[in-house]
Amino acid sequence: MSNNSNKGFFDRVMLLDRRWVFLVLAVVVVSTYYIPMNVPVPASREVQTIFDAIEGLEEGQKILLAIDYDPNALAELHPMTYVIMEQCFRKKVGVIITSLSQNGPGMAEQAILDIVDSTALPKTYNGVSYPGREIVNGVDYAFLGYRAYFELVITGMGQNFRTFFSRDYYDVLLDSLPIMKDVQNYDDIEMVIDISGSNVVDAWIKYAAARYDVKLALGLTGVMTADYYPYLGSGRVFGLMGGLLGAAEYERLADNPGLAMDGMKVQVWAHLTIIAFIIIANIGYFGSHKKRGL
Amino acid sequence: MTLQSRTSRNAFWPGFRLAVYGMMFGIVFSSSAVLSQEATAEVDNASTMLAPMLAPAAPGNVTVEDAPNDAGHAVIVTFSQSQAPADGQALVLGYEIYRSLARSGPWKKVGAVPSDVDVTASLIYKDAGGSDKSSDDYLPTETDLFYRVRAVTADSTLYSDSEVSAPAQAVGQWWNSGRNPVFFFVLFFTLLTLYFLRVAKQRGDSLYIRPLAGIDAVDEAIGRATEMGKPILYVLGLGTASDIATIASFTILGRVARKVAEYQTDVIVPCYDPIVFTIAQETVRTGYMDAGRPDAYRDDQVYFVTQAQFAYVAAVNGTILRDRPATNIYLGKFYAESLILAETGAIAGSIQIAGTDEIAQLPFFVVACDYTLIGEELYAASAYLGREPLLLGALKAQDYAKAVIVVLAILGVIMSGLGYEGFAKAFEAVG
Amino acid sequence: MKRQIPLALVFIFGWLMLALYFIPLEGAQKVNENMLDWTSIIGIFALALGIWSLITVNLDRIKHKKRDWQYSFITLFGLFGMIIFGLKFGGENSMFQGQESYMFRHFFNDILIPIYSTMFSLLAFFIASAAYRAFRARSALASILLIGAIIVMIRFFPFVAEYTRPVADWILNVPNLAAKRAIWMGVGLGIVATGLKVILGIERAYMGRD
Repeated sequence: MSNNSNKGFFDRVMLLDRRWVFLVLAVVVVSTYYIPMNVPVPASREVQTIFDAIEGLEEGQKILLAIDYDPNALAELHPMTYVIMEQCFRKKVGVIITSLSQNGPGMAEQAILDIVDSTALPKTYNGVSYPGREIVNGVDYAFLGYRAYFELVITGMGQNFRTFFSRDYYDVLLDSLPIMKDVQNYDDIEMVIDISGSNVVDAWIKYAAARYDVKLALGLTGVMTADYYPYLGSGRVFGLMGGLLGAAEYERLADNPGLAMDGMKVQVWAHLTIIAFIIIANIGYFGSHKKRGL
Repeated sequence: MTLQSRTSRNAFWPGFRLAVYGMMFGIVFSSSAVLSQEATAEVDNASTMLAPMLAPAAPGNVTVEDAPNDAGHAVIVTFSQSQAPADGQALVLGYEIYRSLARSGPWKKVGAVPSDVDVTASLIYKDAGGSDKSSDDYLPTETDLFYRVRAVTADSTLYSDSEVSAPAQAVGQWWNSGRNPVFFFVLFFTLLTLYFLRVAKQRGDSLYIRPLAGIDAVDEAIGRATEMGKPILYVLGLGTASDIATIASFTILGRVARKVAEYQTDVIVPCYDPIVFTIAQETVRTGYMDAGRPDAYRDDQVYFVTQAQFAYVAAVNGTILRDRPATNIYLGKFYAESLILAETGAIAGSIQIAGTDEIAQLPFFVVACDYTLIGEELYAASAYLGREPLLLGALKAQDYAKAVIVVLAILGVIMSGLGYEGFAKAFEAVG
Repeated sequence: MKRQIPLALVFIFGWLMLALYFIPLEGAQKVNENMLDWTSIIGIFALALGIWSLITVNLDRIKHKKRDWQYSFITLFGLFGMIIFGLKFGGENSMFQGQESYMFRHFFNDILIPIYSTMFSLLAFFIASAAYRAFRARSALASILLIGAIIVMIRFFPFVAEYTRPVADWILNVPNLAAKRAIWMGVGLGIVATGLKVILGIERAYMGRD
């Protein structure tokens, strides 16, 4: 009897309906979101350099934040945008935002609205207290929006931002924005941070960094990251954040745990769940083979 | 402190470091430059009142030469730094580079370089201007240019200028010698290929080629689809028509289309890129024509869906779940959608054959598909399918080139181990 | 003749583009940029063909009431709806405010973003089910793969991270990277070889069968 039921059990494990896997994973992902846990993510050098570079900026200096990703890369890249934008707003560093991916402007807008809200509250980061302050469009940041043919746009901005963006996303003349007053081209900003889930990043490297010697750092999705390490080695980019992990490292450095830290936490539990399933599958595999005398 | 750490990180590429420093310096000192031109008259008063300091020693030996391997519009300025400050002399923080079209000026500031702790070291500044005549930073080619370097200090009134350089011109080059290693490799490989094409012509199709399970499976899968009376789904991926993976995929698609037409079954080709779509349409139509059944081809077999990645995936997944194709073939460029497609196919119970040169996606295909062509196997497929002597010859050349690269890589490791870095450097393409 | 002209064009432009890679001269680079611009222009024409195909295929499905023809309505609605809502004319009070318009934004923020995110998050579930099916210790090599995968997955887990992270980093940076580079090398050569075959006219299946 036991033999029979055992065999059935192992075979059933082997042929487990994948919907059970989906269900368990969904429960784990949702429930662990609410469990407080500290995931150890020591910052890597290539993330630290980005943080240091922005931390070293003075009030009134400006950076260009390129939000070149679509909603599908939101989970990995949005946290980077959030944490860097907040760091800049807190330090009163001007942020010029472009979005050269088709569905990027929606992403940029969402981030701007959220971070403007967040900066309105007083907060303490790395022991420094910042009072809440109102972020003003055109003064603290400018959102230039989307233009097609990113390669041309990136090259064009090396001459003048106004070549392609005579008006910003809200249809306001660039010349009437206080933040853009002394900004002609890349020479007038400190660095470009490109957060990208597509080949727009290649154009930033090829045209902005190589042709105009722009100081460039990248935030990329996890699968893309490995392909861009060579640029770090050659010095063409000065920093690199890869995927959720890179974003979490940055949040740790900025003392501003948010979306990425939450994501890491959930990811750790999801990985454990997958490991548990792999172990169960292997028990089933060996069990059923043993019974068959293999 | 931040400066320090950045230095060590980029130490292997000084040019970039200098450029970064240059930019930062340009910003720090841009205001001082404006001031200094207007305020020279007050130098004595202001500086003597606060701290009795003297201007630093002037930088010297300003030489200018054309930047190599470019389209012109750039020169390289080399100069020696000011001597260490004597008593009362202000410390030099950096050097501003000025350019003029005439020895006597007017001078235009083009950039800045921070000073080096070691004052005996020469500094280099690459003045890369724009090629657009109307732009601010236009740097003319084949025109005499003069340069002057200014040592600047924390006090904007204390500085000293070098002598004006001898004239130099920015010239465009006919040949990028930095890319010589690439050129020699292409030359070597082309000759090798031509040689093996000759060999292949003489020997016919007797050249041996390792069997590829994934390609053998294609014929089998078409047979299965015919038996089941279900269609074959062929996905060309997200690549464009200029991606080699997509080109290789067209070859296989042509073959599949012909077989499918012979067996009187059906092939569905949803496309992501519009150019790929037009080519795929032509390929499938020709396949039907070659099989002698042009009438069986329908326009809705090959169709364009969208250029939005996940919308495309949704469309293909919908097709997989509704039409339940007997076989799904994914050959070409794939990104994050690879597993979503392949796992949906597995759920639908299709036989799946995949192949891509996107390395990050290979593991997903390997776990979810029955057969996977890894990287170059996809490119080799056309030779394998056609068994044309010429294509086999090209494949042989590839194998020999690979052997050469392996030998060079091993030599490189040994040489680097022995400290001969020059060996690896010889293969480096610059620019 | 129909085949000879395209092959000749490929031959000429193939070698020309290759040569331009080695010539930094300003005029040569202008030619290069010009040709790349042409590919974008051709792409736009092809897009028109593509959209035409999308429309006719779906209209045909609706007309002949083919299986699941209702979905074609949604496709066409999505295509034309977003174009219309994205139009911009008629000044401040018009309902056509381009990307600023109420409808466009809602379609984008409340439909497109959630759908995209959902599609992407399917990956998490599919990774789990694929791992369940595929990661079995069938052989010695498969067992090594299995152990490696588990170590890499638990590299961030708080209590064990200290021990697993160095091992995981080693796995990723040494054996994993070595294997990747080997594939890259093959791919690189394959790309050059196929490029050469295309230029020499040996590989011409991309123009339909020869």
